[in-house]
Amino acid sequence: MNTDEYLNKIIESVIDQDEAMVGKSVEEALNADIDPMVIINDGLTESLKKVGDLFAEEILFLPELIGCGEIVTNVMKKIEDKLKGDDSITKKGLMLIATVKGDVHDIGKNLVVLLMGASGYDVVDLGKDVPANTIVEKINELNPDIVALSALLSTTMPGQKNTIQAIEEAGIRKKIKIMVGGAPVTRAWAEEIGADGYAEDASTAVVEADRIMGIS
Amino acid sequence: MYIVGELINASRKSIGEAIKAKDVMAVQKIAKAQEEAGADYIDVNAGIFVGKEPEYLKWLVKTVQEAVDLPCTLDSPDPKAIEAALDVHKGTPMINSISLEKERYDGLMPILIGSDLKVVALCMSDEGMPETMDDRMKIADFLVNALVKNGVKTENIFVDPLVQPLSVNNSFGMEFINTVEKIHSTFKDIHTICGLSNISYGLPNRQFLNQTFMSMAISKGLDGAIMNPLDKRMMASIIAAEALAGHDRYCMKFLKAHRKGIFII
Repeated sequence: MNTDEYLNKIIESVIDQDEAMVGKSVEEALNADIDPMVIINDGLTESLKKVGDLFAEEILFLPELIGCGEIVTNVMKKIEDKLKGDDSITKKGLMLIATVKGDVHDIGKNLVVLLMGASGYDVVDLGKDVPANTIVEKINELNPDIVALSALLSTTMPGQKNTIQAIEEAGIRKKIKIMVGGAPVTRAWAEEIGADGYAEDASTAVVEADRIMGIS
Repeated sequence: MYIVGELINASRKSIGEAIKAKDVMAVQKIAKAQEEAGADYIDVNAGIFVGKEPEYLKWLVKTVQEAVDLPCTLDSPDPKAIEAALDVHKGTPMINSISLEKERYDGLMPILIGSDLKVVALCMSDEGMPETMDDRMKIADFLVNALVKNGVKTENIFVDPLVQPLSVNNSFGMEFINTVEKIHSTFKDIHTICGLSNISYGLPNRQFLNQTFMSMAISKGLDGAIMNPLDKRMMASIIAAEALAGHDRYCMKFLKAHRKGIFII
């Protein structure tokens, strides 16, 4: 088999949600001396892009998106454990994510955490109902590349604006990219409050994060 | 079964625009359609208008009640908006909703104290969304006891155990259903209510899931729904489920609905 065939087998078994087969295909690819980063980027992460496309087309549905995300997370972890200490694994970046103050909804945010983690990002999840000053402190402490802010209610959307203002006032706005999302959030709102990115759902959040990070 | 018609909600685009333009005809048309379809309450929500919510909610109540002979469900966490709406409301409205979120609880409780208002008690707190029956019962216990202690009659309380999507966790359906049963066995004369369509979020063929879930919940005592009353299939399956659950003496409502052609869809 050539590289593409190994990768296609990984992609197909993720879409089939066959975790054992994903593990086996990855194993085979590693044994065939395919670069682990190629397996991660062009196999596992690519499979989730395909799953995201199928989700957008309503061929796959939310439980399947979650299932695929969990499978890739598990397999990715196995590869990382195996190659521990090997500097051949590089992450796309660090994302800090939170549901803003006043909002305790976190189902959508948790999905973003799952899919970003499965797509090659390190993710630190600050949880829900997170005040702006906590987010500012964590940015100073962890130096993330992206800060993602979730709000599910029209009444808590202003929390995204307030958080961005707090980040600006702390003088650290230029160090990071900011993404916003949540059911009532629109691209127009994202632009109005000065965010760099906006995503409609968890699988497009990955695409948008890549875009604002300049990763094609 | 108490049917709360949910269509006059500002977060729906056409309604948001109608409210902004103070389009009396548009709002009254939807209110009437819901009344004719069998709604017992007309929900009014102006939540997207930050700062103007009291003015708009008041206008919605006046406009709706000029067209229909029904009470409204005042859908806002903001005590100022509720008070403005109460000023003009005729009859006894339902407040949607108090919860254990501190700001909402502290804001709305003073309005409810000693009143005859109907109130939705939503099982949500600052800790987040409840996942299990026990999480839900803790919040329900606290809210119901606090309301009763403040002079609200049990029969005026509608506990909303909070439906969460099955697509995210396959126990969310039964955790809700079991809570409905538990609430009715714990508190005499209480009501339960919910916005049910969230159960099928993220899944296809939502109407099948919604209808089946409604029937399951009705069999455990659910007696309120915040829903689209223009959904003919759902309205028909509620009537069937109520009869099957033994809430329809001599199957009278079911048979009346039959003669009215409700089951010809």
